[in-house]
Amino acid sequence: MTRPERGPSLWRFAAPQHFYPLAGRLAPWFAALAALLTIAGLWIGFVVAPTDATQGQVYRVIFIHVPAAWMSMFIYLIMAFWSAVGLIMNTRLSFVMSQALAPTGAMFCFVALWTGALWGKPTWGAYWVWDARLTSQLLLLFLYFGFIALTRAIEDPRRGDRAGAIIALVGAVNVPIIYFSVQWWNTLHQGASVSVTKAPSMATTMLTGMLVMAIASWMYTIAVVLWRVRPMILERERHTEWVAAELDRLAPGAARKSGGRA
Amino acid sequence: MLSTFFAVLRRDLLLAWRGRSDVLVTLAFFIIVVCLFPFGVGAEPNQLRAIAPGVLWVAALLACLLSLHRLFAQDYADGTLEQLLLSREPAALWVMAKVLAFWISTGLPVVAVAPAMALLLDLEQGGLPVLVLSLALGTPILALLGAVGAALTLGLRGGGMLLALLVLPLFVPVLIFGAGAVEAELSGTGALAHLLLLGGGLAGAMALAPIACAAALRISTD
Amino acid sequence: MLEVQDLACLKGDRLLFRELAFRLQAGGLLRVAGPNGVGKTSLLRLVTGLAMPEAGEVLWRGASIRREREAFHGELLYLGHAPALNDLLTPLENLRFACAAAGDDIDEQACVDALVRIGLENQLDLPARVLSQGQRRRVGLSRLFLSASRPLWVLDEPFTALDVHAVADLASTLSEHCAAGGMVMLTTHQDAPFARPPEVLDVGAFAC
Repeated sequence: MTRPERGPSLWRFAAPQHFYPLAGRLAPWFAALAALLTIAGLWIGFVVAPTDATQGQVYRVIFIHVPAAWMSMFIYLIMAFWSAVGLIMNTRLSFVMSQALAPTGAMFCFVALWTGALWGKPTWGAYWVWDARLTSQLLLLFLYFGFIALTRAIEDPRRGDRAGAIIALVGAVNVPIIYFSVQWWNTLHQGASVSVTKAPSMATTMLTGMLVMAIASWMYTIAVVLWRVRPMILERERHTEWVAAELDRLAPGAARKSGGRA
Repeated sequence: MLSTFFAVLRRDLLLAWRGRSDVLVTLAFFIIVVCLFPFGVGAEPNQLRAIAPGVLWVAALLACLLSLHRLFAQDYADGTLEQLLLSREPAALWVMAKVLAFWISTGLPVVAVAPAMALLLDLEQGGLPVLVLSLALGTPILALLGAVGAALTLGLRGGGMLLALLVLPLFVPVLIFGAGAVEAELSGTGALAHLLLLGGGLAGAMALAPIACAAALRISTD
Repeated sequence: MLEVQDLACLKGDRLLFRELAFRLQAGGLLRVAGPNGVGKTSLLRLVTGLAMPEAGEVLWRGASIRREREAFHGELLYLGHAPALNDLLTPLENLRFACAAAGDDIDEQACVDALVRIGLENQLDLPARVLSQGQRRRVGLSRLFLSASRPLWVLDEPFTALDVHAVADLASTLSEHCAAGGMVMLTTHQDAPFARPPEVLDVGAFAC
């Protein structure tokens, strides 16, 4: 049976088709930038910056902790943004973006918690005190886990995309409420008042180091997301001709099995 | 207008009445969870008194969580949910009716027995009105937020655990202000601020959660 | 009246059909045909707006049903595979709820009449869980007698589990609805004695 060529109504398939090679070309550049900036940031943080008078060397963990904490919050907001775009504009690439961002966000969240605990042991004498910031961070990690678990649990990709988008938006509305409530709870319960970020008086070199590390984290996130998006696009678009052609190019002969229209 | 709302409300209350053993199981769960704590932390009255608000709130929260999967599961299985989605009224309205019926059949009984359970934990009697009020304001928020999670996990394998993972972080602020209200009342600072925040939260949840829940139901039945 | 343009349906990661198009005018009776798994039920769900198409558009009176959802649903009756019966309620309670939930203001006597007409006069007050498959089916179908005001009927396998007499009765009800200017779209595997042979839409012709 002959089929006419794909009509303009399937135009949505076109966007991922153009994004796929672009992502492949851009990712190495962002990765290289991330590597350079990380080296520069760590050098500033661990060599150039002076030892803190009260906390000694321990404070240097903030060069990792603070950018990671920032990133974990930003990434959740960006996920929510892409989810909203996906639901409103009905573009599948947006859902792919938000799902590709989630593991990186969870990773930064975990790094922030881990470094916070490492900083806490010598400073507070315990790995974990129910400090407001760390507690909010922990709840944010659970929100990430919920998003990832939900999108993985749903087999139908379209339902998974949209369900994930809803929970990301619900989570984004709740993040400020959670943050505020945890702060309130913390002040009432007289928890630890020293915070990781407030501890050292901010010297210019420290600020520079943290900013460089933050930009490095951004570059890393962009590179990783671009790389993660590529196979996700191939998987979702496998019933289109361009993916069949691409798979043919990558592994001649093997493509027909997984892709292509019957 | 509102014919779907009242039809759903009446039917769900009737169903809750005919299946009242489910409601009693939820209530029994709440009671037994509260009763477990003295075995776990010891029956020292001072200690029990100190943890009573938190224990009662956590137990109420878990009772709500464990009954949430019932909210849409039956209607999803027998096709009623599809018919409701084809109603000419906005879905957010009848979602509201379902959540209201759910709260009346599971939240309200918990609110009603909570003072008795508070006496078991030797909570000072001055805190009882605030406890009841905070539960009455807070458990509807739990039901509304939980409804979104229940709608998203409809028909999934392992949906119960997933539902817990999705909604428990969202329940934290309610728990903080709910249990905090009782503690604030007992410590003499007054519970007004907590109760106002819970009321504000309830208003916000009533405005937003049914819309999110309706969207989630459309996605889950697609 | 009902117009479907360039519809594509994705189920899981399989494209069931694409570029499906048809038009249903007032008085039309359309039978959706094709082998199992070709996407007949999926097509009906797309037409009702319960499912979202991968591509294409469903138009009702010239307007997209996604934009005019509530107005469209006020003119639609969809009876799916599951008869939407709750086991704890009686057939009468189920039917009254179904009408009220859909937004139709129908009194109890009309519901009783509909159930009697479809042959359930002895089961009015029994809980639905004791009904047989055919009887459950009939409770769902009894809504047809109360939905003359809704022009578009979309029925998924309405004849399943019905006896010969009931099939004939149902076929004449559908024919009457069409004669009065309504529209019926249905899937079925058996022949029914319609007043006028239905148009046939073969989904298999659009399969991928």
